[in-house]
Amino acid sequence: MAELGPRLAAAWRSPATRRFRRNPGAWVGAAIVLALVALAAFAPLIADRPPDQQNLRQRLQPPSVEHPFGTDEFGRSVFARVAYGARVSLLTGIVPVALALLVGSTIGLLAGYFRGRLDGLLMRAMDVLLAFPSLLLALAVVGTLGPGIVNAVIAIAVVDVPQYARLVRSVVLGAREEDYVQAARALGAGDGRLMLRHVLPSAVGPIVVQATLGVGFAILAIAGLSFLGLGVQPPTSDWGEMLARGRRYLPDATWLMIFPGLAVSLTVLGFNLLGDGLRDALDPRA
Amino acid sequence: MLPYVLRRLVGTVPVLFGVTLVVFAMTWLTPGDPVVALLGESAQGITGQAREELRRELGLDRPWPVQYVEYVSGLARGDLGVSARSRRPVLREVLDRLPATAELALAGLAIAVVVGVSLGVAAALRKRTWVDALAIAVALVGVSVPVFWSGFLLMLVFSLELGWLPASGRGTLRHLVLPALTVGIASAAFIARITRGAVLETLGQDYVRTARAKGVPARTVLVRHALRNALLPIVTVVGLQLGSLLGGAVLTETVFAWPGVGRMLVDAILARDLPLVQGSVLVVSLLFILVNLAVDLSYAAINPRVRYG
Repeated sequence: MAELGPRLAAAWRSPATRRFRRNPGAWVGAAIVLALVALAAFAPLIADRPPDQQNLRQRLQPPSVEHPFGTDEFGRSVFARVAYGARVSLLTGIVPVALALLVGSTIGLLAGYFRGRLDGLLMRAMDVLLAFPSLLLALAVVGTLGPGIVNAVIAIAVVDVPQYARLVRSVVLGAREEDYVQAARALGAGDGRLMLRHVLPSAVGPIVVQATLGVGFAILAIAGLSFLGLGVQPPTSDWGEMLARGRRYLPDATWLMIFPGLAVSLTVLGFNLLGDGLRDALDPRA
Repeated sequence: MLPYVLRRLVGTVPVLFGVTLVVFAMTWLTPGDPVVALLGESAQGITGQAREELRRELGLDRPWPVQYVEYVSGLARGDLGVSARSRRPVLREVLDRLPATAELALAGLAIAVVVGVSLGVAAALRKRTWVDALAIAVALVGVSVPVFWSGFLLMLVFSLELGWLPASGRGTLRHLVLPALTVGIASAAFIARITRGAVLETLGQDYVRTARAKGVPARTVLVRHALRNALLPIVTVVGLQLGSLLGGAVLTETVFAWPGVGRMLVDAILARDLPLVQGSVLVVSLLFILVNLAVDLSYAAINPRVRYG
């Protein structure tokens, strides 16, 4: 514990942190992402009332002091639904990235470390996944497994796997030839230890960047699937599903589409800015 | 050039094998009995002997390598199966809808290239001015806003408020404007970003300085020297954008009730019409692979280093 203070201070002064601190875009991105996390965590405190509370006498009310984002066709508060929607969006943005990261990094690590026929086989399989346009592949997965949020999350994870596999493989191919890895091997470290303790850590920076941008992409993709009726199913709701339902009340109730759409856009913008900022900080050459 | 073309063509074979294998495997990965998946919910009621007969008829009782070979030889003859819902050949259904999607994607691509390249070049030439800042901001917003929302905003302003353009359907050129803009904007943002970087890079090269020093007019320097050499990364990103353009088209088709393959695919998924899902995915993916191949071969034409690399 005593060492933590100086170590934190050193990290704060490191070149990467300094580059990040001096990047206004990165700050805006970090602020948006933090605000989103706060919105998801404190939704019950922030929302004007429970998201499912209906009030049929107040159907399709435009935004007012009482209902900042207006009400929907059941008289539910759009503000409350957008706030609670942050939970679903954050979760469905992070879970597919985590799944893809786990599977993709493992594939990339094995391919880059062992090379040879295993590498060829795994990378050809990744090429096949990359040969599909990404949304089309997601639709193929949902078309096979059936509509629903769990399958939509699996679909986005499948689409993302090749990116992490390729990324980790390329880093591992370089890292395994480094002197410190060769030295560890000479000292008798086994393949497992070499891969996890010595080779994989060099991939952490690029992975963090890719994963941050990936969460933005996943939120966008899941919202898209929900918008098509293939993701989140009622009575659960997310921003994409709200947009799909809001369409039916055009052109009169525009607020049903404006606020959920703004929420998706701002969220994705936040993750994009944060990801770009992290890339500039961690990999100044890129 | 020829060895490169041949190498690239041979390289496509394993990808085609993999893609057809994935689409073929969908029949087996789908939960429940493949007989029901291929024939639709109506086959649910058929049980016992009758269902086994159907299984034999569909060839589902044979080992799967045999089935795969039959599937691929069917594809070669243009047999993509029969839609579980309409009972029409899948190939017919897809071909009926393909022109609408192609029209939308091409118009979107044209908008993306024109807007993206102009924006990127303008930003690079006016580096660190308000033009540059605006271009960067537009590009960033463009990649963050979902197409199903930007499409709605365009519809809200230009159809519902101003009444200038139709809000949905296909027919005249006026119907195409809003969907094409929607599809094009997101890709324009990516293209602008790459163009800006590529042009800035070439403008810093020695040969550009030399050209300027010997008195070549600024416009000629830009077009002949800077833009021409910046073309390679731009063509690359345009090629890469085709995938997201097609994805954008699927979503846009739903927003504007555009009768393309994307909308049909989504309807087929909702109706659990597996043969139609497989056929749409396969045809669009094959087209995507072919277009990417064409893009790759065009690099080789632009840049000799690719050929001999």
